[in-house]
Amino acid sequence: MSTLTQIREIVLMNLRSIPQRLGASFVIIIGIGGVVGVLVAMLSMSAGLSKTLTATGNPNRAIILRGGSNGELTSFLDRASATLIKHDPAIARADDSLPLASGELIVVTEVPRKGETGGANVSLRGVEPKAFPLRPELRLVEGRLFRPGLRELIVGDGAFHEFDGLDIGRRLKFRGSYWTVVGHFKTDDAHDSELWADLETTQSAFGRSGVSSVLVRLTSVDAFDSLKLRLTEDPQLNVDVLTEREFFSAQSASTTSTIRIITTVVTIIMAIGALFGALNTMYSAVSARTAEIGTLRAIGFGSAPVVASVMAEAMALSLIGGSLGAGIAYALFNGYSVSTLGGNFTQIAFNFAVTPALVMQGLVWALVIGFLGGLFPAVRAARLPVTEALRG
Amino acid sequence: MLVKYLPLVGSALLRKKTRTAFTLASLAMAFLLIGLLQAVNSVLAGGADFLGASRLIVQAKTSFTQPLPMRLLPQIESVPGVEFVSHSQFFGGVYQDARNFFPQFAVNPQRLFDTYPEWILPDSQRRAFISTRDGAIAGRLLAEKYGWKVGDIIPLNSFIWTKTDGTRAWEWRLVGIFDGRDEEWSKRAGLMYLNYAQFDEARVAGARGLAGVFAVYVNDPMQSERIAAAIDKKFENSSDETKTQNEQEFQLGFLKQFGDIGFILNAISGAVFFTILILTGYTMSQAVRERIPELAVLKCLGFTDRIVLALVLAESLALCVLGALAGMALATIIPPLVLPPEYPVRINADAWLFVTVAVIVLATAVGLPPALRAMRLKIVDALAGR
Repeated sequence: MSTLTQIREIVLMNLRSIPQRLGASFVIIIGIGGVVGVLVAMLSMSAGLSKTLTATGNPNRAIILRGGSNGELTSFLDRASATLIKHDPAIARADDSLPLASGELIVVTEVPRKGETGGANVSLRGVEPKAFPLRPELRLVEGRLFRPGLRELIVGDGAFHEFDGLDIGRRLKFRGSYWTVVGHFKTDDAHDSELWADLETTQSAFGRSGVSSVLVRLTSVDAFDSLKLRLTEDPQLNVDVLTEREFFSAQSASTTSTIRIITTVVTIIMAIGALFGALNTMYSAVSARTAEIGTLRAIGFGSAPVVASVMAEAMALSLIGGSLGAGIAYALFNGYSVSTLGGNFTQIAFNFAVTPALVMQGLVWALVIGFLGGLFPAVRAARLPVTEALRG
Repeated sequence: MLVKYLPLVGSALLRKKTRTAFTLASLAMAFLLIGLLQAVNSVLAGGADFLGASRLIVQAKTSFTQPLPMRLLPQIESVPGVEFVSHSQFFGGVYQDARNFFPQFAVNPQRLFDTYPEWILPDSQRRAFISTRDGAIAGRLLAEKYGWKVGDIIPLNSFIWTKTDGTRAWEWRLVGIFDGRDEEWSKRAGLMYLNYAQFDEARVAGARGLAGVFAVYVNDPMQSERIAAAIDKKFENSSDETKTQNEQEFQLGFLKQFGDIGFILNAISGAVFFTILILTGYTMSQAVRERIPELAVLKCLGFTDRIVLALVLAESLALCVLGALAGMALATIIPPLVLPPEYPVRINADAWLFVTVAVIVLATAVGLPPALRAMRLKIVDALAGR
C-alpha cells in the first residue's frame, strides 16, 4: 500500500471509531466551541460597531468644525462663520438654489436606559431644514417631522430601542421645558442613536447661539480639496474641514480599538486554555488506542499515517466544535442591539453583526487549536516502540 | 486528623502528571480570564467606595457636559447643612500632543481645599495656588510622569476653551504638587487643578461666568439626601435645573455610559466557566474511572464510603484551587505590566470573592458525580473489574 492509501484507510478507520471515545471527544468540541463562540460574538460586536460607523459618512459630504476641536461637542462656530462657510462655491445647491448645507448644534441630554433609572448621555442634534435633503438615507419610519419653532423631537431608531420614554407622544423635560416626541427615523448609521430637533428651537431652549458643525454636500467628490483649502486659508475662519467618513471613523476610534484589544486578549487566553484541554483529550485518545496503534505499526503501517490519523481526529473534532460555537454565537447574538460610549461622550447604539468572514475566522482559530492540540500527541503515538505499544 | 489524608490526595493528582498539568494549565487560563473580566467589571460597576457620602455633585439636569452658571453658587451655599461649595470646569487640555491626555479642572483654589481635604500639599504651595492667577497644581503621579517641578510653565492646548485672542494655547504656572492623604487617594493623584481666575478672565466673553459642576461638602452625611433634594428643589423649573447626587453616584453615572459592556463581560465569564466545567469535569471522571480498582482496595483496607467520597471531592477541590491560584496570580501580575497606570484594572476583593465562589461551585459540580460513584462502589464488583 502506498503511504497515501495507508493514510486514507487509517484516517477513516480512526474517524469511524470516534463514537467509542465520545466523552473525550466532547471535551474538544465544547472547549473549542466555547473559544470560537466567544471570539465570534466579540468580533461581531466590533464588526457591528464599525459597520454603523462606516455607514455614517458619504464621501460626497464634508463636515466643518472649529479648528482644533476633537469632536462636535467641543466645537463651536458662530453664526457669521456658519453663513460664510455655507456660501463656498464647492457646496452643491438645492432646487431652490440655496446651498445644501446644515448648521447643526449638538447638546448632550440624559435619557434613562431601558429598565434603569440612571441617565445615559444621548445627543440632541438641532438641524436646519436642509439636513434632510442632505441626508437622503434618512427615512421617517413613524410619525412626522418636527415643526420649526415648536419643541418637538424626532428620535433615531437605535435610541428608541435602547432608551426609555421615547415613544411618539411622550414628553421629555430638558432645561425646564417640555419636548414632545413626534416621529421616529432610521438612518442605519451613528445618527440612529440621536434625538433631532429644529436648530433655532434648540438654540433658544439651551441658551446657545451658533452651531457645533456645518455639514455640506459637495458639488463633486473632487471639490473637497478646494473647499478645504479655501476654508482653512480664510483669515475670517478658524476651522477644520473633514470628509464625513474621516470624521466619524476618528470619532469612535478609541471605542473600536478598546473593543478590539479586549477581544484579542480574551481570545488568546481562552485559546491557550482550550489548547491544553485539547492536548489532554488527544493524549488520552492516543493512550486508549496504544494497542491498536501498535498493531497497525506491526502489520506495516508507517508512522506518517499514524500521525495523520491523530491529527485528523483532532482537527475534525475542532471543526465540529468551532461550527457549534459559531452557530451558537450567531443564534444568540446576530442582530443583538447594544449601546455604548461613542463620540461626543454620548451613546451610540449598534447591532452585533455575525458575518461569514467572522465565522471563517472563528473556524480558522478552531483548526489552529486542533492542529496544535493534535500535533504533540500524534508525534508521541508515532514514536511509540511497537513492542511496547503492543503490550498496551 | 484530616492532614493525614493529604498525601493520598497528592498522589492521586500526581498519578498522571501530564494530565494534571494540562488541566491545571487550562484552569489557570480560565481563572486568569475570569479574574481579569471581574476586575474590569468591578471598575465599571463603580468601585468608588472610598468616596464618602459627605460630598454631593450638582450638575445640570440635562447633562453634566452643560456647565452651570456661577450665580447658582450663593444659592447652593444658602441651603441649610451645606458646609462648603466648590466648582470645577473640565478644561480638556492636551499637553504637547494628543496622546498626553490627563484631566484638568479649573477651580477656585480655596474652595477646592475646603471641599477636598483629601488632597495634601505644603502650606506655602497652598497659599501660592490661591494667590497666583495663572497658577496650577498637579497630582504627584502626574508630576512624576512628566518630570515637572514647582515653578515650571505647563502649556496646555484646550480642545474646548478658546481665549479672547482666538488661540487655544494656555500657559499655566505650576505652583504646587499635591498627593492623597491615604493610599487610595494617592493612586488618584493623576489630575491637575487650574486657577479659575485666569481661566475665566482669558476665555471668550460668551463663556464667562460658567462654573461647570458644583461640589458640595455637607457636615452631616446622614443628611446628604435631604440636602440634595433641597438643592434640586431650589432650581426646579428654572432654565438651569440641577441634578444633585453623591459623588459616588456621579462617578457611577460616568462609568455607566459604557453601557452594555458589563453585560458582555459577564456573558463571556459565563461561557468560559461553562467550558472549563466541561473540560475539568471530564478529566475528573476519567481520573476516577481509571482508579476504580485502587479505590476498591482502599475500601478493603477499611476506608469508609464517606471518606472515599471526601477524598475524591478533596482531589477536585485541590485541582480547582491550584488552578485558580495560578490564574489569579497571573491576573495580579499581568495588568500592571501591560496597562498604563491610569487604567485601574486591579484584582480587588470583589474579584476574589467571585473567584472563590466560582471555585467552590466548580469543584462541587466537577467532583461530586465521580465522588458519588466512588462512594457507591461495591468492592467485589470493582475488584473484579465489573
